[in-house]
Amino acid sequence: MTGISPAVVAASKLGLTFQTNDGPVQALSNVDLTIGKGEFVSFIGPSGCGKTTLLRVIADLEKPTSGTISVNGMTAEQAREKRAYGYVFQAAALFPWRTIERNVALPLEIMGLSKAEQVERIKRTLDLVNLSGFEKKYPWQLSGGMQQRASIARALAFDADLLLMDEPFGALDEIVRDHLNEQLLQLWARTNKTICFVTHSIPEAVYLSTRIVVMSPRPGRVSDIIQSTLPKERPLDIRETPEFLAIAARVRDGLRAGHSYDD
Amino acid sequence: MDSFRDKLVPVTSILAGVVVLWYVFAVILNAPFQRDLDTRANETPGTVEFIGKTLAQPKPTLPAPHQVAVNFFENTFLRPITSSRSLVYNAWVTLSSTLLGFAFGTALGIIIAVGIVHVATLDRSLMPWIIASQTIPILAVAPMIIVVLAAIGVTGLIPKAMISTYLSFFPVTVGMVKGLRSPEIMHLDLMHTYNASPSQTFWKLRVPASVPFLFTSMKVAVAASLVGAIVGELPTGAVAGIGAKLLAGAYYSQSIDIWSALVAGSIVAALLVMVVGMAGRIVDRAMGGRPA
Amino acid sequence: MNWLKPSWQAVLAIVLCVIAIALGAMSKPEAAALADPTASINYPYLGTKGLMLGLVIVAALVSMVRIPSVAEAGVLFVCAHLVAWLLISGIAGFEGTALAPYFLLLTAAWLLGWRCVAVLSGLRPMAGSARNALRLIIPAIFGAWILIIWEAVTRGAGIPFILLPPPSAIGARIAGSLPVLGADVRQTIFKAVIFGYVVGSGAGFITAILADRVPFLRRGLLPIGNMVSALPIIGVAPIMVMWFGFDWQSKAAVVIIMTFFPMLVNTVAGLAASGHMERDLMRTYASGYWPTLIKLRLPAAAPFIFNALKINSTLALIGAIVAEFFGTPVVGMGFRISTEVGRMNIDMVWAEIAVAALAGSVFYGVVALVERAVTFWHPSVRGG
Repeated sequence: MTGISPAVVAASKLGLTFQTNDGPVQALSNVDLTIGKGEFVSFIGPSGCGKTTLLRVIADLEKPTSGTISVNGMTAEQAREKRAYGYVFQAAALFPWRTIERNVALPLEIMGLSKAEQVERIKRTLDLVNLSGFEKKYPWQLSGGMQQRASIARALAFDADLLLMDEPFGALDEIVRDHLNEQLLQLWARTNKTICFVTHSIPEAVYLSTRIVVMSPRPGRVSDIIQSTLPKERPLDIRETPEFLAIAARVRDGLRAGHSYDD
Repeated sequence: MDSFRDKLVPVTSILAGVVVLWYVFAVILNAPFQRDLDTRANETPGTVEFIGKTLAQPKPTLPAPHQVAVNFFENTFLRPITSSRSLVYNAWVTLSSTLLGFAFGTALGIIIAVGIVHVATLDRSLMPWIIASQTIPILAVAPMIIVVLAAIGVTGLIPKAMISTYLSFFPVTVGMVKGLRSPEIMHLDLMHTYNASPSQTFWKLRVPASVPFLFTSMKVAVAASLVGAIVGELPTGAVAGIGAKLLAGAYYSQSIDIWSALVAGSIVAALLVMVVGMAGRIVDRAMGGRPA
Repeated sequence: MNWLKPSWQAVLAIVLCVIAIALGAMSKPEAAALADPTASINYPYLGTKGLMLGLVIVAALVSMVRIPSVAEAGVLFVCAHLVAWLLISGIAGFEGTALAPYFLLLTAAWLLGWRCVAVLSGLRPMAGSARNALRLIIPAIFGAWILIIWEAVTRGAGIPFILLPPPSAIGARIAGSLPVLGADVRQTIFKAVIFGYVVGSGAGFITAILADRVPFLRRGLLPIGNMVSALPIIGVAPIMVMWFGFDWQSKAAVVIIMTFFPMLVNTVAGLAASGHMERDLMRTYASGYWPTLIKLRLPAAAPFIFNALKINSTLALIGAIVAEFFGTPVVGMGFRISTEVGRMNIDMVWAEIAVAALAGSVFYGVVALVERAVTFWHPSVRGG
């Protein structure tokens, strides 16, 4: 990361407590984090560690109960209103009554782009995720991996600089997932976007990220941040190199350490 | 179409069984009266002749299927459709108030559902009453509506259509509230990340998501609407309509007429439900639904 | 301006009050008295007019001040209902003489009632008991206002009794005709409905089990049952009256036919509802047809069966009442409705309808309570 460009995401002393029937639950506690432009940051941790909640706070889908969060130098809400980010959910969340191209067109329609502009962007983004030729198909006619690619295209369509991805490949099998990971890296290299990526797979986090944020539960907090030393160019077989395995081992240690704080 | 063929044989054989049973019961139920007639006329017919007579009475306890079929055919195809005895004419009278009431009921149901989904106060205060009112025998109100409206000079189509409206708006309201709330949290979050306005969320997400619910509840509503129109014809002794035919048949013990009016009502009901179902399938296909 | 929180209901209520004051007389006698101050004309709201207007304006103003929501709702509740009570009790003896200010004041009070419901809807209490109480209070206020407006409009505008009697008259009629209503309920519900409901639902259930054993039957009966449930079965009523006579037996027969098919279709669907994995599990235990049916498939089908029982509770009542339109002995709810309509005793008709509504709700409520007890494990019950 560079010190010159302003932070895309800056969280300071961020906390979020949910009021439930069983009493308050601290989903996030004292999270300090700065993400610079062009970074690929993964959030990893066991379930309940608040990684998805953190992503949702950045997206202004949840409001923090303490601390501050800024996105592109604005509050999260202002950033959302300016459509500063694209969000990819765990499931493709495509509208079943729209074709693939009309699904990608959805945010463009909402933002009021002209028809010509819409057509141009749909073509460009579907090319980017290798879905050209499937424009007129309905979601159920596509495989799970293709559906998730379509939802990434939808998130890319309006050219936000920030991409928030919440376990986007979690529901897919490993073969498809490897393939999509490779494509995502290429896409990231080509578009120079900032990506926040939630996962619970260590190899996925290490393979994709420039930085890995390790989180632990009860209360949800950041327990370690690991800077990747891998080069930007990453073929799939980089995962067999000692360097890769060393980072993976550090992440695993971080996860285990976070766990030992328990009870 | 395999599933269709799977069903065809069992359905037709069960229907055939029903027809056979019907004949058997027609003979059994009509036999006592026939025996009375024969003793009075001092006749002792053979078994075959006796059975033939039980199936050809003018006012049988249970008319045989062919008697109903002949009556239905005569009153449907052989009479001019302007005749008050024509089933086509009577079915049309009932159908017109059914359709009017159904259209109003559906519109009203949709409007109320939109209100309930968007105004928290209505949701908390009106919705419980809508649900509770489902448990009330609403049809009992029918005669009063007819008579009261007649007292202020409103007669004919409108009162019957009002009963149909009343009966058909409940299923549509309940179905549409369910439908408008059917989008998953993830889809709503997605619209939130786009900073979509409430009207954009409504038109681009809630409305399309509610369409299947709308057609399912419209199928129930159109059937209820027809029942409302028929019952609406019962009280004041309406002069035309399927309900009026039923009532006239009951007055004069014209059992064959009652049965053929019932058949006519059933055919109208089946056609209405089929048309709504087909419209639903066409819309579903146009919206990219997976063929079943 | 931090202490102020305007609401459109309160503002509109104040505006309506101001218009009402500007228009002056609440009723025709009052207008006559104002026109001729010398004549001693008795008119409604002699001493309460100012009080009512004051209450509405004060409550509307208080509701716009930033005070705790519960207090705001309390003030609104008391004032709105007090004004409504003063309005309705004041018009007694002067029915049909109300002028525009009367209706403006009624609307203003109703707006306060609405505001009260809106404030209550916004409350998010932590305690479960408070939540349950709110779930009852909010619809109760709404229902009360339907009755208030009904009463106030019918009396104020003097709507002819045979068109729409006020609720108070219906209530009086119910209280005055308890023996007749009781006899009708006995005839229609305790004889026809319950017998028909039990026999019809039972027959549908048994047929469904039979159909389940014979796949050929199931494949044929399900589409037929689905189609029949869309037909106007109620039309068999005259035939049943011809076959079984005027007494309750013919009504029970209609109820049996009406309740049979929903039970059949739902039970067949329910028996198919248990998961493949669970059925395979029973297979690994070498469990036979009946143990599997009783231990797995019937419990899994319970939500469907209760759905049918709930649908049938309404259908049974409708069937019995409508069948009585075709002929009865001189007792029964449907008989009473059709004859009293003919005699233009509309209040008696409403009384009968109120009783039918109550009976329908109680019937449904009992079935729903049994359902909660039996299918406590089902998500729709657990979720409340």
